[in-house]
Amino acid sequence: MLKEGQVRIPSGCAISGVFARDGQPISGEVIRRSIAVMHERSNGLGGGFAGYGIYPQYKNHYALHVFYDDMTAREECERFLDRHFDVINLSKIPTRPTPKIKDAPLIWRYFVQPLPHKLADSHLDEKEYVARCVIRINDQLKSCYVFSCGKNMGVFKAVGYPEDVADFYRLEEYEGYSWTAHGRYPTNTPGWWGGAHPFALLDLSVVHNGEISSYDANRRAVEMYGYRCNLLTDTEVITYTLDYLLRHQGLTLEEAAQVVAAPFWSELAAMPQPEQKQRRFLRQMYSDLLITGPFSILVGFEGGMMALNDRLKLRSLVVAERGDRVYFASEEAAIRAVEPELDRIWAPNGGEPVIVRLKEEERK
Amino acid sequence: MKIDATGMEYEELGRCLRSCTDSHVQIHNCCGQRYIASGMQGRELEIWGTPGNALGAYLDGGSIRVHGNAQDAVGDTMNAGTIWVEGRAGDAAGYAMRGGALMIRGDVGYRAGVHMKAFGDSCANIVIGGTAGSFLGEYQAGGVIVVLGLGAPEGQPVVGGFCGRGMYGGRIYLRSAIPPRDLTEKILCRRAQQADKEAIRPLLEQFCTAFDEDLDSLLNSPFWVLEPNPENQYKALYAPM
Amino acid sequence: MKIQWDTPRFAVLRDRELCVNCRICEQQCAFGVHKKDEKTGRMQANATLCVDCQRCVACCPTGALAIRPAENTFRPHAGWSQDSRQEIYRQAATGGVLLSSMGSGQEEVPCYWDKLLLNASQVTNPPIDPLREPMETEVYLGRRPDKVHRGPDGKLDTTLPPHLELKTPILFAAMSYGAISYNVHAALSRAAQALGTYYNTGEGGLHRDLYPYGANTIVQVASGRFGVHREYLMAGAAIEIKIGQGAKPGIGGHLTGAKIVGDVARTRMVPEGMDAISPAPHHDIYSIEDLRQLVASLKEATGYTKPVIVKVAAVHNIAAIASGIARSGADAIAIDGFRGGTGAAPARIRDNVGIPIELALAAVDERLRQEQIRRRISVIASGSIRNSADVVKAIALGADAVSIGTAALCALGCHLCASCHTGLCNWGIATQRPDLAARLDPDEGARRLVNLVNAWTREIREMMGGMGINSIEALCGNRLALRGIGLTQKELDILGVKHAGE
Repeated sequence: MLKEGQVRIPSGCAISGVFARDGQPISGEVIRRSIAVMHERSNGLGGGFAGYGIYPQYKNHYALHVFYDDMTAREECERFLDRHFDVINLSKIPTRPTPKIKDAPLIWRYFVQPLPHKLADSHLDEKEYVARCVIRINDQLKSCYVFSCGKNMGVFKAVGYPEDVADFYRLEEYEGYSWTAHGRYPTNTPGWWGGAHPFALLDLSVVHNGEISSYDANRRAVEMYGYRCNLLTDTEVITYTLDYLLRHQGLTLEEAAQVVAAPFWSELAAMPQPEQKQRRFLRQMYSDLLITGPFSILVGFEGGMMALNDRLKLRSLVVAERGDRVYFASEEAAIRAVEPELDRIWAPNGGEPVIVRLKEEERK
Repeated sequence: MKIDATGMEYEELGRCLRSCTDSHVQIHNCCGQRYIASGMQGRELEIWGTPGNALGAYLDGGSIRVHGNAQDAVGDTMNAGTIWVEGRAGDAAGYAMRGGALMIRGDVGYRAGVHMKAFGDSCANIVIGGTAGSFLGEYQAGGVIVVLGLGAPEGQPVVGGFCGRGMYGGRIYLRSAIPPRDLTEKILCRRAQQADKEAIRPLLEQFCTAFDEDLDSLLNSPFWVLEPNPENQYKALYAPM
Repeated sequence: MKIQWDTPRFAVLRDRELCVNCRICEQQCAFGVHKKDEKTGRMQANATLCVDCQRCVACCPTGALAIRPAENTFRPHAGWSQDSRQEIYRQAATGGVLLSSMGSGQEEVPCYWDKLLLNASQVTNPPIDPLREPMETEVYLGRRPDKVHRGPDGKLDTTLPPHLELKTPILFAAMSYGAISYNVHAALSRAAQALGTYYNTGEGGLHRDLYPYGANTIVQVASGRFGVHREYLMAGAAIEIKIGQGAKPGIGGHLTGAKIVGDVARTRMVPEGMDAISPAPHHDIYSIEDLRQLVASLKEATGYTKPVIVKVAAVHNIAAIASGIARSGADAIAIDGFRGGTGAAPARIRDNVGIPIELALAAVDERLRQEQIRRRISVIASGSIRNSADVVKAIALGADAVSIGTAALCALGCHLCASCHTGLCNWGIATQRPDLAARLDPDEGARRLVNLVNAWTREIREMMGGMGINSIEALCGNRLALRGIGLTQKELDILGVKHAGE
């Protein structure tokens, strides 16, 4: 059977997120409880989490989470890492055996910094250097896969139901100001952990529900800009699209949302100026990055989170607030499960991003 | 009978409901269990918490009252009976319902009343106390949808975009000073006359009694009526081969 | 005894029971096929002259006529078709280059549109009903900068190079006044305006009376530079530099002096009765850097207000050519494939030079992406777009829009008799004879063109909706929407699609 990446596998899903504006740590146990409510939206073939602020002791280092099929792959990858990075710390990611999670690969974590002379020789900025190294490992090295590479954040994912994945990774032992979660419902079983979500590049991580119909138009567009879509999943192409718009094109999150979920021309025509002009510009400028078909996504990034629905709002998404906490989920029940009393709950309109940031970030 | 749904899977909750013969059932601590009361007939159900998707699907009589919010597809393809939701409802509320009534006190998401119908003596009704998202009454084939816009900001539409797209039967009533901004020529939109308002009086009476709103002040406000334009349907679309 | 070398290709069948000898067929046929025999009072036909344009059949009030392939056939030979022998007889008799018109019908060259199948959504994402939900077919053609810029205040600079806005991804292909009649141009211009798209003057200039349609006109600059002057350049919405066309790559044009009469001469700005020769190359373009010069000079002359399109024939190294064009400063490239139409072309060139548009388009789109310059240029495909499915397939392969020439002429009555070069078009299309040209009512023609494009657009929406795509941008280059059927791995690789079932 073909592994994910050799074949495109559509999947439906559940997503959930929690964010503390005041930066107070939230235990991984909270997000586990939230996503578990939507068990029915997954089928046990993929679950995962992204946590931010979870590595305060190494917050200035890139945390690489890597799957290896075998020790040879690990040795090869580590040789590559040693050539390009200063590895400050490496260890197995702690796991807890559970009968519900099978066929685990070797899972390692490295805290690294680019080697200064290599970085200087590359004429790249630090983030681009790291991104290119990761894309190279994933594209060219066999039997290994870097699935998380941001600073002070980490992705934890596996084949299984999300709540079992949380138990496996001992998620309750981590604390962060921001968490996203994903329960996957792929249409066949690749049995490969790399295909689970979130998908992440640097500090940007995406969980996604839906199947986009613009996939190949978007994929061919981002591949033109140097990305390599190894997984052939929507989440991967959405992550690269956002990374390209945010990091390479220098768009704001709001502007990037206006590109991928652009309003219909008829809606644009009814908008006041100068907003209409800017939105038309963005749509014409990045027509190949318009995403059509159903999606709701949660985008995690350093210091914030964004929720976005497709412009027809073909997937459900609710947002709620309680004090400084903001909650996001495919279903309201996933929020009520962790916070029964809410100050406010609403369903954002299609194409209208909801962006939350740490208060300290907002002050900047 | 009282059911404490804490930690209960939907299958178990469904079994509980089906096996009990009480005419009045309460569910407490409901959190996301789907398909509650699907196909239920002639019983009264009260729910505290947040019932999951497809609450009251294929409902065939009796009533459901939610002391909270409902998720997506509440009243999917319901045939008879009434569903009361004291809070808001998610997307596709009342999809393809052909009878009975869906009364939502708060807002609803996208595609409320999509493809709702009337058939024989039964006529589906939806009353939305708050505002509705885009594609309200999409493909509507019959029945009545009323949006009251309670609590909506002054001067703002009470529905999102693409209201009544593809509508070919039934009526939509919007309590609003302004009509939707993007109607196509396939829909006729006019100010409601007294007779139009009288036609929905019984429906609003039910709503006002249940949710403690003032009927007269509602009926005294301006309404718009949306109906399919019989002159401008999908003719001349096909060229036989 | 006279030997009839040129045996008739068609038989004119007349039902004597139905024929009322009204002579309408005689009046309608400019080729002189039908004559009334004064002795018998009955209609006769000289099938030798018939080109099978079907005009007499369509006009016969009693339905008495039918045109069939001639019954007489040569002794079959697997290697030597009847046509190939007849062509030899014709050349042996005249010493001439075989001249034909319309696109190549070479059966040996596959039509890949027919070997590509479209996708549809089932369960994993929803199809969309295009009649009721928004479904966008608007396309913008033109250059997109590599990066956005911000002002000192941090606001986005929202200026873009000039773009063409199409309500539907279908343009009318370049066909010159002279090759076709004024009434065809009038019909095309009215239809383009009504549809929110563009027609293309071709290389024969723009008739004074059609200047008001300038906002829906693409003016062409070809090697002959007929009718090109400042006002002409400013009159259109865009300028197209014609390097070549699919029916005759590497070949110039030749409009005989007989057609350079009256307004045709005035519009082309050449003396009446003098042959209008379009050289094979632009004599200011002998290399790719020269193209850049022509693009730049046209932009200077029009103050950078008009997108510049470069039209080329699909030839073997089309991908490299397209890359050069993308770097020339042009805003769009129009690629015309092997089966593209023409008003006159040497048959050997038409049937043997160039490659099918499907392969050319796929190769160009892929190359421009490999070179990271796809956003710099829009791609317009043409050369046998026969229906809305071909449009959808072309866009999924990577075209931003398509041009239709033959299909548009068919909407106006063309039956592909491939006799445009005779100037005797009975349908009033490819002719300058006033009596023939008057047969085409521009208003009725415009209505038929609008109907055709509207019908196709509806079908395009239907196909997009089935795939769950509600904006044509998301279809552009979306090759997962396609699967090949009965194609070799090499063909699939070039098209960049998987085989059906994969």
